[in-house]
Amino acid sequence: MKKIFALIAAVIPAFALASGGDVHLDKHLTDLTDTASLQRGAQTFANYCMGCHATSHARYNRVARDLEIPEKLMMENLVADTDKRFGDLMTIAMTTEDAKQWFGAPPPDLTLVARVRRPDWLYTYLRSFYVDSSRPWGVNNVVFKDVGMPHVLAGLQGVQMRGTAQVAVDFDTLTGQEITEEHHDVLYLAEEGTLSASEYDKLVFDLVNFLTYMAEPIAVERERLGWWVLLFLAIFFVPVYMLNKEFWRDVK
Amino acid sequence: MSKQQNTLMGWIDDRLPVTQTYEKHMSKYYAPKNFNFWYFFGVLSMMMLANQILTGVWLTMNFVPSAEGAFASVEFIMRDVQWGWLIRYLHSTGATFFFIAVYLHMMRAVLYGSYQKPRELIWIFGMLIYLALMAEAFMGYVLPWGQMSYWGAQVIISLFSVIPFGIGDALTEWIRGDFLISGATLNRFFALHVVAVPLVIVGLVVVHLLALHEVGSNNPDGVDIKKLKDENGKPLDGIPFHPYYTVHDLVGIVVFLMIFCTVLFFFPEGNGFALEYANFEPANGLKTPAHIAPVWYFGSFYAILRAVPDKLFGVMAMGAAIAILFVLPWLDRSPVKSWRYKGWISKIFIVVFGFNFVLLTWLGTQPATATLTSIAQVASVIYFSFFIGMPFYTRMEKTKPVPERVTGGH
Repeated sequence: MKKIFALIAAVIPAFALASGGDVHLDKHLTDLTDTASLQRGAQTFANYCMGCHATSHARYNRVARDLEIPEKLMMENLVADTDKRFGDLMTIAMTTEDAKQWFGAPPPDLTLVARVRRPDWLYTYLRSFYVDSSRPWGVNNVVFKDVGMPHVLAGLQGVQMRGTAQVAVDFDTLTGQEITEEHHDVLYLAEEGTLSASEYDKLVFDLVNFLTYMAEPIAVERERLGWWVLLFLAIFFVPVYMLNKEFWRDVK
Repeated sequence: MSKQQNTLMGWIDDRLPVTQTYEKHMSKYYAPKNFNFWYFFGVLSMMMLANQILTGVWLTMNFVPSAEGAFASVEFIMRDVQWGWLIRYLHSTGATFFFIAVYLHMMRAVLYGSYQKPRELIWIFGMLIYLALMAEAFMGYVLPWGQMSYWGAQVIISLFSVIPFGIGDALTEWIRGDFLISGATLNRFFALHVVAVPLVIVGLVVVHLLALHEVGSNNPDGVDIKKLKDENGKPLDGIPFHPYYTVHDLVGIVVFLMIFCTVLFFFPEGNGFALEYANFEPANGLKTPAHIAPVWYFGSFYAILRAVPDKLFGVMAMGAAIAILFVLPWLDRSPVKSWRYKGWISKIFIVVFGFNFVLLTWLGTQPATATLTSIAQVASVIYFSFFIGMPFYTRMEKTKPVPERVTGGH
């Protein structure tokens, strides 16, 4: 029992589900300059997501270039389909008809999902699956009610339940013992996965980081260029301002 | 006219009035010397029009105008076309800044009575440009074929169906070219957006400027600078547009570009206002979004539409909100042009109208909750009372004397 408390403490912030209102979303501190994180995210994406989800507007070689992954490494480890070439679009073999049959709705293309849903939503969503035997895949999701997707990462995260649990809110400064409170309608880990709670959070963070990169691969370059453009305009402003002042001197 | 003889320019001028035209519209076009901040937005609107046309031409080189290909082709431009992302953002964020410039340009006219006699036609042509621009922007937003493209078009085109006597349904079908929004709609909107409406807009801009240069520019004091002229017949308070206002406008252009580029390079989605997040999902006729919001620049009129509980009357209110702007020159009965010399009722109304318009714009982008709808109803009443009350309050109030010469120049 004590172990469960500890686990719950680690899963904080426990998702406080305000009745009727929008679900609270955890903040995803996106960092598109963290190439290592993006690489790990790409790895998770290729291993766990690409079986069903395509990113059909993106190309392997562009991802490899942007994420500094050598071509050989990319083709051997991140491209499952042996017919694919380096410059191909990242489509998948599953047909829409089959997908509809298997999942009710075809798994959406994820190229732009981070722009549609926003990173915070994705980060919370992938950590909010819980057991619900009434659903076809045995799981439901807090931020996406009655979602048609199974919890693909359950082996890593473990099994989450939704209900009443003891949640550690503080610890006694004298004894170091945890002070717990009974919280209703929270998610708690009933069975551990292969990753610890914080490791799992990190994995999801990297995955969402990758999806955010995927949604707009130019984002980092765009901002880098933006500074130069603004610098140019700032410098250009000086002669323009002085020219104007010079001409207007004789206007009384 | 200073005609040069025996030169290339003289040769051309004998055949085409280049020098004469240049002098009439630039070097000998006398503009009042007291233009302020608000007077930048005319040239800025023109700059944004040029930006839209140039980037638009380059976008068409890779855009695929079909229901099957449109969405993917936009992403192709964003990812695989060299500098495609920049051209696309210049166009999409550019649309937002075009409307910002146009709205401020129109507000300037309201502040300083630039629509008043003898500039009624300039205002009318301006309103026609605005109308064409709304059509242009609406059709342009359909082209990327995202969820908001599709459902926004669905909502807006269905507005025509309220027309009674069986005309409405036939008309919507005629506009869509189908029984629902489809590839046929996308194709015709592409043709109209890229060829027809831009031609109309450019033509109207030319007429707008010709009419302006015929009667001359108004100014923040609403003083007629042509009344007082020097011995050479030049207005005492006028200065040649070139070089004075060309170098002056250049300062405004650089500052405006700095703001534009900040949004473009750092917040291209404009927090969901310039590019709606839901529009990054491909159009799906079977999946209605929970909240269908127009792009921000239609927000004000959309808020007025939704403020009226009945659909037919809502559409009529929205139409009236735009139509009433056309007759503004005849609603204002004030003997003075500028709000500087109008009475306090006008002053308060103009300020309230400005903020009220911003409020309506915001309301139009939000989901219509009961509270927000009530606010929209009050705001709609304020919007109309500004115009309907104008013939009365502008005549009733005591105005201040207008000076002979312009004030606060350089």
